[in-house]
Order: sequence, then structure tokens, then C-alpha cells
Amino acid sequence: MGRIIRHVILGFALLLAVSIAFTPAAHAAKEVKIGFSMALTGPLGPAGKAALLAMQIWRDDVNAKGGLLGRKVKLVYYDDQTKPANVPGIYAKLLDVDKVDFIVSGYGTNLIVPALPIAMERGMVFMGLFGLDANAKFKYNNYFQIMPAGPDPIVDWSRGFFELAAKQKPRPKTIALLSADAEFARNAVAGARRNAKKFGFKIVYDKRYPFPGTTDFTPILRAVKAANPDLFYVGSYPGGSVGIVKAAHEIKLEPKLFGGGMVGLQYTAIQMNLGKLLNGITDYWFWAPEKTLKFPGIEAFLAKYQKEAPKQKLDPLGYYLPPFAYAYVQLLGNAIEATKSFDQAKVGAYIRNNTHSTVVGDVKFGKNGEWATSRTFQVQLQNIESNKMSEFSKAGKMVVVYPEEFKSGNFIYPYAKGK
Amino acid sequence: MLSIEFLLNALIAGLLLGGFYAAMSAGLSLSFGLLDVVNIAHPAFIIFGSYLTFYVNEHFGFDPILAGLVFAVPSYFLGVAVYRIYYNCFEKTGAESLRGLVFFFGLFFLIEVILIITYGVDYRLVRAFYIGKSTSIGSVGIAYRLFVPFLVGGMLAAVLYLFLTKTFFGRAIMGVAQDSLAVQLMGVDPIRIKTVAFGIGIATAVIAGSLLIIIGPVEPTIGREYIGRVFAVTVLGGLGSMTGTLVGGLILGVAESFTSSFFGPSWALAVSFGILLICLAVRPSGLFGR
Repeated sequence: MGRIIRHVILGFALLLAVSIAFTPAAHAAKEVKIGFSMALTGPLGPAGKAALLAMQIWRDDVNAKGGLLGRKVKLVYYDDQTKPANVPGIYAKLLDVDKVDFIVSGYGTNLIVPALPIAMERGMVFMGLFGLDANAKFKYNNYFQIMPAGPDPIVDWSRGFFELAAKQKPRPKTIALLSADAEFARNAVAGARRNAKKFGFKIVYDKRYPFPGTTDFTPILRAVKAANPDLFYVGSYPGGSVGIVKAAHEIKLEPKLFGGGMVGLQYTAIQMNLGKLLNGITDYWFWAPEKTLKFPGIEAFLAKYQKEAPKQKLDPLGYYLPPFAYAYVQLLGNAIEATKSFDQAKVGAYIRNNTHSTVVGDVKFGKNGEWATSRTFQVQLQNIESNKMSEFSKAGKMVVVYPEEFKSGNFIYPYAKGK
Repeated sequence: MLSIEFLLNALIAGLLLGGFYAAMSAGLSLSFGLLDVVNIAHPAFIIFGSYLTFYVNEHFGFDPILAGLVFAVPSYFLGVAVYRIYYNCFEKTGAESLRGLVFFFGLFFLIEVILIITYGVDYRLVRAFYIGKSTSIGSVGIAYRLFVPFLVGGMLAAVLYLFLTKTFFGRAIMGVAQDSLAVQLMGVDPIRIKTVAFGIGIATAVIAGSLLIIIGPVEPTIGREYIGRVFAVTVLGGLGSMTGTLVGGLILGVAESFTSSFFGPSWALAVSFGILLICLAVRPSGLFGR
């Protein structure tokens, strides 16, 4: 009898120990959970995985200093497969099952928009990673976008391209617009359309191409060539950007200014493949190893990233998304530390009302959660002589030509001269 | 905008693209068209071929076409192995219709995951002396990046056509497709014939993969973009007809090119699949179907 009682007591004790160990409160005291969906596969997978590495570097940096308010940071994430339909379910799971303390967005407009209603419903601070005007319809006051598009993101995104064009003599008159049929590219070109009108350029071609699903861009670019535009503004994703650049060279399409919103030209693998074909193209950019863009902490971060990226088969240089992926969690972490609180409203108010020092420079948000002032660079690819990676890791190749305060070299016009 | 030069350029671009579509679909025409094996994983094998090509191009400087041809040989044996598994697990037990389809779906995702783990999710491209260059015949421009896949695709379809119509083994495959029991009564093992045919189908998929990476960058999941197209080409041309596959590919290529050139690229896929639907309504067995 005594033996049975001993076993029962032992069983209860074990059960108690196990239940204490797995109580959420027990873990909550140890960790701050930051949850998000991320495109780890699918068309945005390459950049998404690089973003994840950047966030992990931040987590390790913070944890090495003791965590946030004494609690270690844990990243809880799921692959959204670059499918917007997967996003709401992921955030519901993060909040209801994983019980995360904060949420941040996945990468890209298409993946941010489906998560925003959930963030709003739960009153969560929601840091966005490269969403173009994602908050336009929601107008959520606790949404903050790290991409420096500016207060009127759709228009500000391409303003530099148009300001550059408008300064040229003789002044260009016509423009062709081409976009991938997806959220970001459509928005980018919608802004370009408004800028074209504002700057008085006549639109002679304005079409979308299926994304995904376009194998060859030659017929499309021939139609553009037939319209004979002075300017050619493209909103495209990596695969399309490569196809467009190659087809443009093959059919000798030479508008006076070419580029604008082409995603992918910032990726090292694509740069190494296209090599000299990139010369003369002017495209949006967020960071390049130019002397005017040495923000505090950026080089230390990139050193860590570049050490780890080859092991994970990621973009080896990581100039495009990773610094911003680091910055958007860095900014959130700094806000938690500054407010000494995990309260969403307090952290949100702090982010909204202050200027934040990050690895991508000082960030101040405007009313709609976008940067208060646009800092979308226009970079012209110049003097590329080979396909080697070293070509793209030094200054003078991705030359900042807009805005004036960050300019690192002279703009070569027209495009054919820079080729 | 509507000049002869523009029209000719659109036509040539469409034909070049169509030749490539035919190359992509040739293997499926064998497995699906002749053997009734719904190999939904066919585009994944194409991407597998692209990655093999990428690997030897990146590390050893192999020409992509040469790489595709070399890898076609081991890929044939891979196809043989896949068919053997499929046959023993599904076809033999009469469970090929639904469970067989699930098998190929599973295989599709398995290949994708293997590629993601092995190569990562970054876009991969190859280098070759003809990529990025073009030539002109009169006012018609021809990009080598598209011309080479067109040429290889056409040759692939021609070789398969000759193989199926002029060789004993080819005729045996056609025989199995027509009446498996009759072929068996002639002393031929239809399973062996189907195994060989499926192996050839996978070998052609790998060659098509080397053509795809010449045209543009690939990432592990890009095969999904081509499921609709390869099945459309196979069905449009007529199940099991190599001539039909070539013609079907060319029709879809030209339709896409003309639509992109004259009406806007966003209509291109809709027009292509519209043609397929019309064809199926008028001629359900496809243009050159049995």
C-alpha cells in the first residue's frame, strides 16, 4: 500500500514539475517573443532568407548584451512561401498559439497587407519590412515602415527618377511604363504615372505583364521600342528584371533614362550575372558601399552578415534588404528599452514621436507610419567591367545620383552613354 | 506601331519561345500523352535539370547545352527508377489515378525542397558566350539566348519523332500506347517499354531545364509557373504526338508574343489558354491527337 502511495506522490510531483516547466508564464519571464511570417521560399524567398539572417544577427547582438529589459529575445517565425493567403493564418497562430509579445511584418507589400488587419484588431505595434504604401487604406497609427519611401510612398518612390529626368537638357518628353502584375510593382508604376503627369511627360506606353508567368520579355520590349519613349520606367521583380535587362540589350532598346523600380538589380547574384549589362541603368536603391552612406553600425553589421551568408547560400553582400531587416527590429528593440515597457501603446507612441538611430541612419516616421521624409536613392550603375563579386563591393559602381545630400558621383545621361 | 517589321519580330520571338515550350513539353508528351502517366512533377524535373546545369556551369564552366545533354544520361536512369516505384506502388495495384497523382505531387515538392536545401532559394543563372548577344536578319532581331533553346527544342522534338516512328523501340512505345494487351501478346513486355519511355521523358526534361536557365534565372519553385503551360502544349498538340507538341508549343509561343506585342502582355496567358479551350471544344483530341 505504502509503495502505491509513494508511486502516486512521485507521479504527481513529476506532473507538477513538467507542468511548471511548460507553463507559458515560466517562459514569458525568460523570453521576449517576436513573431513574424517571412518569405523563405517562393519568388521573394532569396531576399526573405537574407532578411531572416539579419534579424537573427540582431537577436544575437541584443541577447549578448542581456536581452530586452533583461529578457532574452526569441524570434518565432513561419515561412509564408511568398503567398499572401498564408499570412493571416500565420499571424493568428503567432498571437493565439505562440503567444508572441510583438509582431513584425514579413517581407514585401503583398505579404504585409494581409497581416495589417490582424495587427489592428489586436492593437499591436507593427513594424513593416518593405511595403509600398501598405497602410494607405488602413491608416493604422501603430504601423511603421522601415523602407525609406517617404510620406507619400507611391509618389515619393519614383520622384527621384523623374526629378533627374526633368533636369536634363534637352528635356525628355515621353515615357513608357511597364509593371509586373503584382501589388508592389503596380503601386510603383501608379506613382510613376502620377509623377509623369506632374512633371509633364507624355505616357506613350503603359502596360502590365503577368507575374509570375512571363518567360520572354522580347515582344514586350519591342512594343516599348516601337513607342519610342525618352524615358522607360519599369516596376519588376527579380526574374523579370533580369529578363528585361537582357531583352533590352538584345533588341538595342535605348531610352534616355532606363530603370526606376526594378527589384533584383540590387542582388549580388543577379549583379554578377548581368555584369556590364547593368551599366547606365538608373534604379531605386537603399544602400550601397558609397562614402556618403556610412551610417553608424552598418559596417559592423555587414561584416557579421557577410561572414554567415555564404554558409546559408544567401546574397553574399547583402546590401539591399538585410540592413533594413536589422534596423526594423533594432528600432523596435530600442523603443522597448527606451520606454522600459512591453506595452504596445507606449512602445507605439515612442516610435511615432521620436527620431531613431539605426544602422540605416536616422529614422523619423510621419503620420501614416512611413518615413517623414523620403530617402529613396536613385543609383546609377557605372563602370562595371566584369562579373566578379568584388566589382560590386567597392565604391564607384553603384553611384548615388539622387538626392543631392547623399550624391556620390555624377549622373551619366543619356543611358546609351553610360552603357 | 503596326509595321511589317514589328509583325515579323513578334512572329519570330513567338516561334523562338514556342520552340522552347515544345522542348519543355516533349517529355510530358511521352509520359502523359503516350503512357497515360500524369507526371505532374515534370516541371520539377525541368528545374532539377536547370540546377544541374547551373552547378557545372558555375564550377567548371560547362556550356549549358552540353551540360544538359550530359546529364540527360543519368537522368534517364533516374526516370527509370521513378517509374519503377510508381509502377510497383500504384499502377500495378490499379491505384494510379488518384494516388499516382498524389505521388507525383509529392515528388514535385520533394524535388523543390531538395533544391532549396542544396542550393538555397536565391536566383541562379548561367553564363555562356551566346547569352546577351543577338543578331539581325534584315530588320528582324534574333537573340541567341532564345535561338539556341529554339534550335535544341526543335532538334529534340525531331529526334523523338524519328525515334518513335523509325525505331523498333519507338514503335513499341507507340504500340503500348495504342493497345498494351496486343503488344504483350506479341511477346513484348509493356512495363519495360513504359519504363524506357518514362526514362526518356525525364531525360528530355533535364535537357529542357538547361534551356530554361539559358533564357532566364531560376529558383527552386519556379517550376510551378510552367505546370499549366506544359500540359497546355501537350493537350493542344494532341496527346502523344511529337509533331503536335512542336506545333502546340509554337502556337502558344506565337499567341503569347502577338498578344504581348499588340494588345499588352497581361492578356498573353489568357489568350494562350483561350486558344487551348477553343481547340478542345472543336477538336477534343488536340491538333494531332490519336
